[in-house]
Amino acid sequence: MRIFRWLGLAALALTVGGGAQAANVKIGVVLPFSGPNADLGHQIDKAFDLYVKLHAKDLAPHTVQIIKRDEGPPTGAVAKTVTTELITNDKVPILTGFVFSPSAIALASVINKAKVPMVIANAGTAWITNLSPYYVRLSFSMWHPAFPMGAYAYNKIGCKTAAVAYTDFPPGKDSVLAFKTAFEKAGGKVTLSIPMGPPNQVPDFTPFMQRVKDAHPNCLYAFIPSGAHATGLMKAYGEVGLRKAGVKLIGPMDLIPDNKLQDMGDAAIGTIVMGHYAVDLDNAANEAFKAEWHKTYGANSYPDFMSAAGWDTMHAIFDTIKKLNGNLSDPLKVVAALKGWSTNGPRGHVMIDPKTRDIVEDEHAMEVYRKPNGKLGEKILATTKAVKDECKILKVGRCK
Amino acid sequence: MPHIANIAVSILFDGLAYAMFLFITSVGLSVTMGLMGFVNLAHGAFAMCGGFFVVTLTRSLGVAFVPSLVIASVAVGVISMPFERYLYRRLYKSTDLEQVLLTIGLAFMSIATFTYFYGPIPKSVPLPDWLEGDVNLGFRAFPSYRAFLVVLGVVLIAVLWYAFEKTNIGAKIRAAVDNRRMAESVGINVDRLFTLTFAVGSGLAALGGALAIQLFGLTPSFAVLYLVLFLIVVAVGGLGSLKGTLLAALVIGIIDTGGKYAFPVAGNLFIYAITVVVLLIKPAGFYGRE
Repeated sequence: MRIFRWLGLAALALTVGGGAQAANVKIGVVLPFSGPNADLGHQIDKAFDLYVKLHAKDLAPHTVQIIKRDEGPPTGAVAKTVTTELITNDKVPILTGFVFSPSAIALASVINKAKVPMVIANAGTAWITNLSPYYVRLSFSMWHPAFPMGAYAYNKIGCKTAAVAYTDFPPGKDSVLAFKTAFEKAGGKVTLSIPMGPPNQVPDFTPFMQRVKDAHPNCLYAFIPSGAHATGLMKAYGEVGLRKAGVKLIGPMDLIPDNKLQDMGDAAIGTIVMGHYAVDLDNAANEAFKAEWHKTYGANSYPDFMSAAGWDTMHAIFDTIKKLNGNLSDPLKVVAALKGWSTNGPRGHVMIDPKTRDIVEDEHAMEVYRKPNGKLGEKILATTKAVKDECKILKVGRCK
Repeated sequence: MPHIANIAVSILFDGLAYAMFLFITSVGLSVTMGLMGFVNLAHGAFAMCGGFFVVTLTRSLGVAFVPSLVIASVAVGVISMPFERYLYRRLYKSTDLEQVLLTIGLAFMSIATFTYFYGPIPKSVPLPDWLEGDVNLGFRAFPSYRAFLVVLGVVLIAVLWYAFEKTNIGAKIRAAVDNRRMAESVGINVDRLFTLTFAVGSGLAALGGALAIQLFGLTPSFAVLYLVLFLIVVAVGGLGSLKGTLLAALVIGIIDTGGKYAFPVAGNLFIYAITVVVLLIKPAGFYGRE
């Protein structure tokens, strides 16, 4: 009998020891796979899948298991349910995805209690990272593009007056606040502010655009949650004839997602956005990223700024798994490993600010133009290096 | 032209175009509910289906936009017939709950099916040049596409009014809406009438869905996303009433557009406020039977 007990112990030791050496790390992925915003989820999901496909072997002897859940509509309710399930049932040691700010906001209490690190691949409301010490953001804060845009619009685009129009939910308000803060500091004046309804439905944008036309500012700064809203906004902007009336369209890169730009037509030409990524961005990592993307998803599928951030997100998670040798059981160690992480990805050089757990990245002012081959492209006008989340630097509102 | 008048014209025009879209898409739903007492939550799915047909016709098969609209409407009308015959008919005498469960299930199935084939990315359609720019009416220019919506809406209203009020079939439909048993006992084949009306309603929904691509972009979730809007138009107008649906579409379209223009902070409040007020005063809608 005794010998069996010894054997049993030895076997147990082997399993435990073997587990530590070759771990199967579960990664919980929460992205919108249904509803009108599903394609936002797919843009990130494709980047995740691509990264895992190409780099899973680099983790050897460890393996990863991706568990995907539908984030649902941009209200946070569904995201909260499925994420709680991922934590309690699937026992994932790390979470990622999260397109919508309301999801990240609603989940803060869950994450703080469960102590599971959450690597945010999109949700951009600035103060989200202040809600939990387990939040690390690889994408952007609304302030990343909107704040530099304020001064750029006044000094370089020639906007002395501007109207702001935004989808009425936290990131929209945040983006407009950031723009307004910088724009008015530079000397500009915001003459009109239009909330354009909730994010779950694409509204008829025409009345809003008509209102802007009648107020006749130099520029219209618009925020919409990308996707279907972007197409709708651009159509209404073109139809109402705002550009002809001399109102320039400016905003964050959400206005012209790369995978929809070609369908936007002439209305989009001349739009100036601030953003951290464009398909046309010229760097070696982006060339490689695009080549792999087209190889896997076809020549007509394009990555966009969300995909680029998604790629870096999975990269950061993989690096963390390597660094911790597959053992992600201590959430503080996971967060510590992510702090200060940096890479040269499709977006260029990016880094996680160890103080704020938010991204530091370059921001480019880009103008839409018609390329010689007839397609629409983005021309880089100016670049601001290593932009931090200005909201937390200035300690505005909930960014304190 | 004075500023205020200019604004009023913009709101009226944009509201009118929006109202025409609402009318075209909702009128089928109103007739189905009025005539058959059937709660058809899959109505939006037929609209979405029409939209995707137009996308395929224009993008993949190179058919022009306007012929595509006609083809898609007829095709969806025909496709809807077996649904009415083999699925809906079984539940005409069932409770509302069973009808709702069947049709919302169909709507979700259609979303999944179209997502599988078309993906979730919003689709757009290439428009002919004459629909892209402005039309100048002398005193000011209007976006061509919206003008097209208004003209198409007016033509359809005229045709529907004529068919409903002046033709034999129209008389039969009105008779069946008023009193189904009486209509049957004087020899009207109400079953066949239902199938026909259902097909026409679905075809019109398909037309509305196709027209909406330019306004909202088209994704598979269109099937349920704007359903509430259509149901509101039907409820405010009164079930089964052409006149009511038109009036409701106009009131909602114009007031919503004006509200968004003047008080964007209020969001969708105006639509719901109209609904509440109208239904408080007239619980069966503008022209519904009390």
